[in-house]
Amino acid sequence: MAFFLLMSLLAYLLSGAGALLKGRHPAWGARIVPFGSLAASLFALVPVVYVLAGGSPVDFRASWSLPVGSFHLHLDQLSAWFALPVLLVSPIVSFYGAGYLRHHDRPLETDACGFFLQLLAGGMLFVLLASDGLLFLFAWEIMSIAAFFLVVFEHGDDDVRRAGWVYLVATHLGTAFLFAMFVLLGGMCGSFDFADFEGLGGVPDVVFILAVIGFGAKAGFFGLHVWLPEAHPAAPSHVSGLMSGVMIKTGIYGLLRVMVLANDWPAWWGWTFIGIGVISGVGGVIYALVQHDFKRLLAYSSVENIGIICLGIGVGVFGIGSAGPVARLAMAGALLHVLNHAVFKTGLFLGAGAVIQAVGTRDLDILGGLQKRMPVTGLSFLVASAAICGLPPLNGFVSEFLIYLASYWSVLPQGFPSVNLRVGGFVVISSLALIGGLAAMCFTKVYGTVFLGEPRSARVAGAADPEPCMAVPLRIVAALCVAFGLGGSVLMLLVSPAAARIHPLALAASDTTPLRDAALFYLNVTFAVCALAAVAYGLVRLRGRLLSGRAVRTGPTWGCGYPYGTPRMQYTASSFAQPLVVAFRSFLRTELGGDWPSGYLPGPSDFRTHTPGLFMHRVYMPVFAAFSWAAGWMRRIQHGGTHAYVFYILLALAAVLFWSLL
Amino acid sequence: MIADTFAALGGVALALVLSPFLRTIIDRTKARMAGRQGPPVLQPYWSLARLLRKGAVYSSTTTWIFRAGPVVTLATILGALCLVPFGGRPALLHFEGDVLLMAYLLGLGRFFTILAALDTGSSFEGMGANREAFFSALGEPALLLGVAGLGAITGSVSLSGIYGRIGTSAFLGAHMPAMIFILATFVIVYLTENARIPVDDPTTHLELTMIHEVMVLDHCGTDLAFIEYAGALKLWVLGLLITGLVFPVHTGSALLDACVTLACMFVLQIGVGLVESLVARLKMGRTPLLLGIAFVMSALWVMWVVR
Repeated sequence: MAFFLLMSLLAYLLSGAGALLKGRHPAWGARIVPFGSLAASLFALVPVVYVLAGGSPVDFRASWSLPVGSFHLHLDQLSAWFALPVLLVSPIVSFYGAGYLRHHDRPLETDACGFFLQLLAGGMLFVLLASDGLLFLFAWEIMSIAAFFLVVFEHGDDDVRRAGWVYLVATHLGTAFLFAMFVLLGGMCGSFDFADFEGLGGVPDVVFILAVIGFGAKAGFFGLHVWLPEAHPAAPSHVSGLMSGVMIKTGIYGLLRVMVLANDWPAWWGWTFIGIGVISGVGGVIYALVQHDFKRLLAYSSVENIGIICLGIGVGVFGIGSAGPVARLAMAGALLHVLNHAVFKTGLFLGAGAVIQAVGTRDLDILGGLQKRMPVTGLSFLVASAAICGLPPLNGFVSEFLIYLASYWSVLPQGFPSVNLRVGGFVVISSLALIGGLAAMCFTKVYGTVFLGEPRSARVAGAADPEPCMAVPLRIVAALCVAFGLGGSVLMLLVSPAAARIHPLALAASDTTPLRDAALFYLNVTFAVCALAAVAYGLVRLRGRLLSGRAVRTGPTWGCGYPYGTPRMQYTASSFAQPLVVAFRSFLRTELGGDWPSGYLPGPSDFRTHTPGLFMHRVYMPVFAAFSWAAGWMRRIQHGGTHAYVFYILLALAAVLFWSLL
Repeated sequence: MIADTFAALGGVALALVLSPFLRTIIDRTKARMAGRQGPPVLQPYWSLARLLRKGAVYSSTTTWIFRAGPVVTLATILGALCLVPFGGRPALLHFEGDVLLMAYLLGLGRFFTILAALDTGSSFEGMGANREAFFSALGEPALLLGVAGLGAITGSVSLSGIYGRIGTSAFLGAHMPAMIFILATFVIVYLTENARIPVDDPTTHLELTMIHEVMVLDHCGTDLAFIEYAGALKLWVLGLLITGLVFPVHTGSALLDACVTLACMFVLQIGVGLVESLVARLKMGRTPLLLGIAFVMSALWVMWVVR
């Protein structure tokens, strides 16, 4: 089995290198990346499916020439589950990417993009397999740096370079915490091997806090999320899809990997997760709602979904302590949301990419009417939007159903639940419901302003569906959303072993009944939505029959001289979000600007709104400005005069001498 | 088991036949309060029949979304109808977590109603759409949290289980304050979801102030009939959540239970009519406050139930 894993990593590496070294065969270059990615996925799927189907974990060790660490790969149920989205999404994304960049004017950079895409996908798989602290950090850096080069693909643009810079700083600050964490763990047990970490039996609080910050920076917890809304708009759309859909989940994976090292889980871990979940979920969706930039909005929505995953994990942590199905259901819901979010978020980014390529702008307020011009993109985007709102029968509902069900169970008096569990479940229900409602508002806004109504500018006029190499991946993603939604019961059974793997060391649980029961409940959902689809079809036929033979005309939209205005008079994305901006004004601090009409005969006027990122502008920029100021002050003692440096050396020697005398 | 299924089927059939009549009760109550005669008893049925006989005009701006809207709305509300228990008997389809399917089916219907409104490209309908989206997002936690409270009191996570187990003892026991707060929450959610005063005024004449009505301005004929019928069914479906709480006596006879539920439902509509006659509509900016209050009230059960 280990052979397949190594072959997969090799396939990523070779196809990436092949893209760079392809020589004088441009057609080759366009194919080598996607097919290499497909091959790598097929190789790796063999052991992944084997492990998830109940096989024993795959282990591989090789000799390693460094004095510390070891080359230890390990594929257990947890890493196998997180590998699924990587293996599923990366081929889809690379096929799409080949089409997306086909007409790019700098072929050399397109090749580099293919190379780094393979490095990112392979790096993610490597992160999931690495079972040694140093190897993990090594893989983590490959992944992070590959992503940096992908973000700065359009490096001619100032904003893109800035975004790449923000990402690089954020990811390395996070990695610094991870270094500290692994050094602490390694110092405690004298080895960096994860298997030895398990022998430690417990995880000190400081390690958990370092893990939350370090992995949270990658996962995009609200507060540590500042790089997401910068990097995702800057990167090419398929890269954003892979980063937002899959890469940020490696942060969740890392956190869970650290958690399973512990002998028991203290209650404050649960509250930490629920707190992060509520803040990321609600904060993410509210910020998503006020964005005008297509991909920035999707980036904030990823923060929201990471919040939902954390809510699930939080309930799961409390559930471990009490009998009953809560822990298993909640963890399974969180894990399923990892997979589901990877699918629909990729679909949303790929759809956004098709739109952006067709119209050349990311500004939601000047789009409109694209459903008629891009029917395939529109339908796929609609499916993915409904899925991200958790609407049945799509895949988002499956995972939210499990997290809700766990939370509903947790408020019940049965099974002697702790107060923590009951109150935790209560918080999760209320925040999930709010997040779900606001997400529906957010995605009706996006779909409505981009695809429906009349075009708000001339840019939209010539838009058309992309060529098949981009349209087919879009269709595949939409089909996956439907298939995963209808087959939710199967998914629940599939995730069961991975969910069983997440528990404290001291509690080895292998009871699979909770998820079998949930799968049975979910069969009802599948049945109900199939019946409703039949009812809807019947209603359509009924309407068709009633209308046959009667006058069915088309005319302009009704309303106070609608045809005589301009399409700019339609509700825009900004106007759609306006009630929310008013209701949350003290939190959002949206800036309103422009020349407002005044006087009896107002002249031309304009209106602008802008919502600056809370943490970026109120926390990080002041902090970094302070650093910059301090560094500027430090420059006074480093002015380049040699005589002063000799004096510093003397001072330092004197200080050392003095210190040794003490 | 089979008897339960038949009882549930009877409940669904009653809803299908009687739900338009609920509008009559509300309108009559309002008319009486204003000293008017009010519409004929069968007026909603005549309106539906008239709409079904008409042709259609579709805006040239719209796509298939606009035509899908009414169908999805009606289909999802029919689905919700099969999940809500009638008269304390198990619903047609019941399983652990069915409340989520009900809430999210309503959400799916709303999703398509909003998109159909945006599909017309009209600013009026955009206004209605964003208000509906925002207010329902604020109402959602109140509803789901209230049901969670009932679940915590009765020890079930299925609507049929909850409403089957609620008895007079739940009201008279230690949980009484919790039950009252949950009931109050449900009433606010009921008025919000059904676009009634104090959140929305179904009889207003100015598009700028409408919420639900303005979203369906462009629908006509069969489509409008579907929407009107779905609206009547929604009054019924969400009403069942309230009637099951207000009169939680299970007599053992399905017929008697059904009659009691029906009577409760009619009284509830009189109550809606009274509210509409006596209370002014809230300023639009105040509505989030009302829904915030509903949310807080729905959360208060924790004080009596979790300890």
